[in-house]
This record gives sequence, C-alpha cells and structure tokens, in this order.
Amino acid sequence: MAIESFDVAIIGGGPGGYVAAIRASQLGFKVACIEKRETLGGTCLNVGCIPSKALLESSELFLQASKHFENHGIIVSKPQIDVPAMIARKDKIVKGLGDGISSLFKKNKINRIAGLGKIIASNRIEVTDKTGSKSEIEAKFIIIATGSEPASLPCLPMDGEFVVSSAEALNFKSVPKDLVVVGAGYIGLEMGSVWTRLGSNVQVLEFLPKALPISDSESAALLQRSLEKQGLNFNFDTKVTGGKREGGQIIIECEKAGQKVQFKADKALVCVGRKPNSLGLGIEALGIIVDPRTAQIKVDQFLRTAVPNIYAIGDLVAGPMLAHKAEEEGVAAAENIAGGKTTVNHDTIPSVIYTWPELSSVGKTEEQLKETKVPYKIGKFPFIANSRARTMGETEGMVKILAHEKTDRILGVHIVGPRASDMIAEAVAWVEMQASAEDVARTCHAHPTLSEAFKEAAMAVEKKAIHI
Amino acid sequence: MITEIKVPSVGESISEGVLSKWYKKTGDTVKVNEPLFEVETEKATTEIVAPDAGVLTILTAEGDKVLIGAVVGKINKSTGGASPATSPASVPASSASVSVATEPASSGAVSNPAARHLAEKAGVDLSAIAGSGKGARVLKEDVIAHVESQQKPNAIVPKDVRREVARETRQRMTPIRQRIAERLLHAQQSSAILTTFNEADMSAIMAFRAKYKESFQKKHGVGLGFMSFFVKAVIEGLKAYPAVNARIDNQDIVYHHFYDIGVAVSTEKGLMVPVLRNVDELTFAEIEKKIVELAVKAKENKITVGDLQGGTFTITNGGTFGSMLSTPILNPPQSGILGMHAIQKRAVVVDDQIVIRPMMYIALSYDHRIIDGKEAVSFLVRVKECLENPERIFFSV
Repeated sequence: MAIESFDVAIIGGGPGGYVAAIRASQLGFKVACIEKRETLGGTCLNVGCIPSKALLESSELFLQASKHFENHGIIVSKPQIDVPAMIARKDKIVKGLGDGISSLFKKNKINRIAGLGKIIASNRIEVTDKTGSKSEIEAKFIIIATGSEPASLPCLPMDGEFVVSSAEALNFKSVPKDLVVVGAGYIGLEMGSVWTRLGSNVQVLEFLPKALPISDSESAALLQRSLEKQGLNFNFDTKVTGGKREGGQIIIECEKAGQKVQFKADKALVCVGRKPNSLGLGIEALGIIVDPRTAQIKVDQFLRTAVPNIYAIGDLVAGPMLAHKAEEEGVAAAENIAGGKTTVNHDTIPSVIYTWPELSSVGKTEEQLKETKVPYKIGKFPFIANSRARTMGETEGMVKILAHEKTDRILGVHIVGPRASDMIAEAVAWVEMQASAEDVARTCHAHPTLSEAFKEAAMAVEKKAIHI
Repeated sequence: MITEIKVPSVGESISEGVLSKWYKKTGDTVKVNEPLFEVETEKATTEIVAPDAGVLTILTAEGDKVLIGAVVGKINKSTGGASPATSPASVPASSASVSVATEPASSGAVSNPAARHLAEKAGVDLSAIAGSGKGARVLKEDVIAHVESQQKPNAIVPKDVRREVARETRQRMTPIRQRIAERLLHAQQSSAILTTFNEADMSAIMAFRAKYKESFQKKHGVGLGFMSFFVKAVIEGLKAYPAVNARIDNQDIVYHHFYDIGVAVSTEKGLMVPVLRNVDELTFAEIEKKIVELAVKAKENKITVGDLQGGTFTITNGGTFGSMLSTPILNPPQSGILGMHAIQKRAVVVDDQIVIRPMMYIALSYDHRIIDGKEAVSFLVRVKECLENPERIFFSV
C-alpha cells in the first residue's frame, strides 16, 4: 500500500494540536492529526480544564444550596449529593465538546489518524494503533503537540485506586471522607476545593512554605486564607516520604521540621506538577534538542526545533503549561509553516485558578518586578467596596494592578475574587495594547459590575480611587 | 485645504537637526516662500520657507529635535472665517470645553486615552508624537517622553533663580558645537600636530593697500584686504611644498593638484570654515569677493553643507580678536593650517638699525606624520617671503 503523504502532520489532538490542525487546513495545507485517545481535545478536554470546571461548578452550586441560599431567604431542605450523576453530567459535557472538535475536523477536511505517533525520519511518522499494528505516513512539516502528563513522586507511586492523579480524582465514585492532596499548586487547590465542598476533610501537603509559589505572593496568600475559611487544611514545609495501605485506607508518611507526621486518608491525590511527553517520540535521534532536566523541547521564537521542518508547541516547550498558550502556539506554528513570522508573547498569557474566589493573573508578579528592579506603583481595590460584589454576597478578594513607576504602563494584574476568570480578559487586552493604568482609569465601566473594581484599582495606582 | 510643513533635506548624510527658531507664530498668515523657521544641523543652519500660503499652525516647538521629513507645522489654505481652531495652542488651558472636540484634528493619530489627556494638559499636539505602540498608537509613555524632551532646554534655569544665585548652569551643546567638539578632539587624537612660527613684516602689503585701496574698491566693488595676500602667499607655499596640501588615507599620501582653501569665520553659533575653491585660478578681487560672500552667508545662517566640505588647507585669523600667537588645530583630513595674528608695530632690526615695523607672527600647524620639520619651516619661510615682498607672488620667485 502506498504511503499517504501530507503537507502538515500533527502529533497530538489536544488544544495545541487540534487548533494547529484547523489553522493549517485554513491556510490550504493537506493536514493529518494523529491522536492516541479515542477522543480529541487532549488532557484539557478529557481529564483537565473542562471536567474539573464541570465539577467545580456542580460542587459550588451544592455549597450555595447547602450554606448560602438561606442568606438570600431561600429555604430548601438539606441538599443531597449524587456523585455518579454529577460525574455523568461532567462526562456528557466532555463528550459534547469532543464531538464538536470532531465535526470541526470534518468541516476542515482534516485526516484524523488514531494511534500513537512516532517520528522515524524528519518527514516520516510511524503510527501504532491500539491493536498494535503499525502504519506510516509522510509529511513535509510535522508539529509535535503531545502535551504533558502528571508528574509522580517516586516515594508515593500512583496505583490508580488509593494514590491517584488529577485524572482519577475527576471520577471518584463517592465522596472520600478523608482526602490528602499532595501539592498546593492550582490543580491541587481546584480538586481540593471540589471535594471539600462535597464534604471531604482535605489535607493539603506542600513541600514549600507557601501555596501557589509562582503566583503573586500577596494574592496567593489572600486566596489561601479564603480557602482555609472554607475548610481546606494547609500543611506547609511538609515533605512526603512514603505511603502504606492499611485496611481500606492509605497512610501518608511525612517529615515536617525533622518530625515524622502521618496522614490517614481514603484517597491521596498527587498534584506535584506535570512533565512534557517528549520521550519515546524518536525525536532526539533526528537532532531535536530535549532539555534533560525539564524534558522540554528546544524551539526558536517561531516554535521551530533544531530540525527545520519540525515544530513543537504547548506543554512540550518553554512557558506556562496552559491550554490557551498551546492554542496560540498551534496557530503560530501553522502560520510559520505557511511562511509567516508569528510569535507568542508569554507576558500576555493569562492564568486562572478556578477556586472560589478565583485567582487570575496576567503579566509580572510583584516579586518578579522586585527581582528585576523595575520601579513600580501598586493600585488595589477590594471587592468589599464593589456594589455588584455586595449584591452577589461575594466580597472576598481584590484587584491588584502593578504599573511602571514612571511610564504608568500596566506590568501585571492579579485578581482574587468572584468571576476573576472572566475579569482577566479586560486586563489582558489592556496589557496587549500597552496601556497605562490611567488609560483604564479614564475608560468608562458599567455600573454596577465587578469590572468597576478593575477601574478603581487602576485609579488607586495614583491613589485616586473613588469608592475607598 | 491643509498643507503640511516638512523639514526638507538640508544636505547629504544629515538625518536630523534642531528646529532652532520659528520666524512666525501659530495663527499668522504666511505667503509662499516666506521664511518660516530655521533648522540647525551638525553642519549648518538652514532657513526653510513656506511651501504654501495660508494660516500657520505650529506643531513642533523651538528647540525640539526634528528628523528630516518630519511634519513641524501646517498651513491652512482656506481663507475667510477660517479660524485657526485646529491649533491646540488656541484652546485656553482653563477651557471647560470637552477635550473630545479637538481629537479629530490630531490628523488621525491613534492614541490611548491617558495619552490624549496628558497631551491636552501639556498643550502638545498628538500628531507631532511618534507612537511606539501597536500600529503606531501613541501611548502615555510617548507623551511623557515628548514632554520631557521639550522641557530640557528651557527648564535648566528656574525662573526664581534671582533669590539664590546658581553656582553653575548646565546647557545642552548645540549640534554644531557638538560637532566642533567631536572634530577638534578627533584631530588632536588622530594626527601628530606640531606648530612652527615665523614673523612677517607687513609694511609692503600695507603700502600696496594704501596705494590701491580706492581704485580697487572703485573697480571691483570690494575692499582690498589682507586675506587675499595671505591666500596667494599660501598658494605659493603649497606649490613649493606639496605635502602641506596633501592628506593621509590609510597607508597612502594623497596629493591634491588643486587648491581649495578654507577660511575660518567666527559666527554666533561657533566657528565655521567655508571653502574657497580653486584659489590658484582666482584674482585678488575674486578672492576678496568670495570671502565677503561666504562670511555674509555664514553670519546669516545660510551656509550650506557644500560650502563647508572638501578643503585642502585652512587659514585662520586669530588676529581679528587680538591674538599675538596661537597654535591652530588641524581640520582633518587636511595636513596644514596657517594662523594669522594681530599686526603690531614693533622695534625690529633692519640693516643693523632699530626700526619700527608693522609685524605679524605667523604660525603653521602641520601633521608631522607626512610633513617633515624642514618642509614645514621652509613652507612658512616661503609664505613670509611672499608676504614681505608681494611681487614674488606675481613672478613666482
């Protein structure tokens, strides 16, 4: 059988890969997308962003019904949790969105190839399907978009039942009474929030002295206090050293300040970061450079690897491991293959932690500005002084804007508060347009909205906030 | 109809200058070719005339740096009732009118809100600012930088300085001064400058001048000065010692077979050295006329870059200001410069008699790398001989 030949072949159908495939097709290329999963959408859609947000939403509603409805004068009998129904709703959402990508592939005439892709020559890919049979395709250009997978702790290996990754934590069949979350990063806090709201006693174990180490410290501390009030228990400077099964439970052994500490739990969720899926692709033999420490693939600003016709995007390359960053890079790689010069500005990639309140950020943190000795001014505005937040009964958190001391250019925005995930869009647009804090302060914002808090924070940069 | 006033090219290899003076102000009605402003570059000051008739709007303040091709103002051609309302300067600072009304006048410059506000407050026209943002959008920081750059020359001496006398003042060098500084330092550092002296008895030249002063003036319409004698004497010297009329180019000595003599002229802006071309072919009268012409041009800031380039030797007269002796600095890549000084009556010995003679010390600074001491001294002696006995010039002896 003749080997089929494509202009562009993409390995991986996650948010980076499928977006790259669609863009490449729009640019007139004959495109193949190789995906090992049954469904498209990658980690994000299948076991990441989307299912976790579905559960966060459900658990938040449960919390509202159980604890906050009565503040509004709504009296309901004690709500009950049907975990399998909650999980089924989540699965339905995931399936719906996955089908959506499949139909986009059809519309854009993208050849979807099921199986595991391996590059065997700079223009040839071997695909192994789930039955183990191998086939080959040819491609003038290849985009590697194989994403990442949860990192594990050698001392606490995952067993899929007691010690699990975030993927399994999306599919618990019942609410664990005691849940240990290893790692106080955004995944740990989001999943910890879901199960705390549903009734679990959650202990978060963190090796470092604080939560969310790369976020703006002041904002992270603010969020941590909110989460503590909701019932999450934080254990910092706590090093996990091992774990053992005991009856139907697991004992997590730790060291804290030289003392041995134990946590007994029904489940242990390990969220200690993610590592790029750069191994086993056969790429190093071709001359593609993989950093042995980070497992990241080295690319130039146009996302090209050391092999000129092979590109790499998303979690595989430097920058935050975020779906929207991978999507931007997918578009950039496709356009660069078409002769473009598209680059992705990492300083304008927003990040969001979907706890409640949410924490969203764009640009530099206060710590980064201090470290690089950039002179800055701060404007802060708390949601307690925002009328819309008051009507919602969601007054925790604040908007914090960091602007250059001299030019007033907005360098960083950090929002802890209700719907911070939606509010950050405005901040990203301003940063992308190289705006000053005064530009925001002089722009009308609707009343009453949460976005007024953003405007007030911009006014506070010059200490001219009105409502505080 | 609006005509933009752009900074025209004022010479090869010149890309920017300073808008040093506006002759008109915003709201003035100007005629075509009427002088509007002057641009000072590192080489010369050039007068720019109006490209069109109409009402003037100034966009760039005096003292601002301008690029060649930059729009520095506008002329509104429509007449009758056309008020200069587009001028930001005409809007009173305390005006309560909403700023939005003046925005469309800023010739479509895309800007951020804070940039517009700050520009309004500072009385700056946004269209005069090059935006550094996406799609040339003018950012707040661009306006800050623009306002700061405008303030620099004026903000040096605070107005209430009388109360407390400043111990020093700091002033930006003009482009011409910066260029002079650069070139002089370069000359000192890149050549081996040495100066030799002599003196000349000016009796003969003074006698010639006394004798032919009136008839020369009558016939040629220009006075018979000392300079034409010096130029001619120098030509004699250069002909006898070609190395003094040469230049170094890397490993080579380049001898010039023409005599383009620079004559240093002092102006308000600093020293300028316009060049007399092919002087060996000129008569005394032609030389005198040419010198007057160039001196007037220099004083009126009308010297062009072409007037200043390409001399092979320079004469400078410190005597105008009373100097008795000096060691002039070379004008690279030239290898020689003659310094004239004040004429003073001194007691000298002639034929073993002490007599009173009008004497001038003359100095030759030369690049010792290509001119030996013997040549330099002999050159100066030859110049001296020609000055003391001008008839030698005519007979080449």
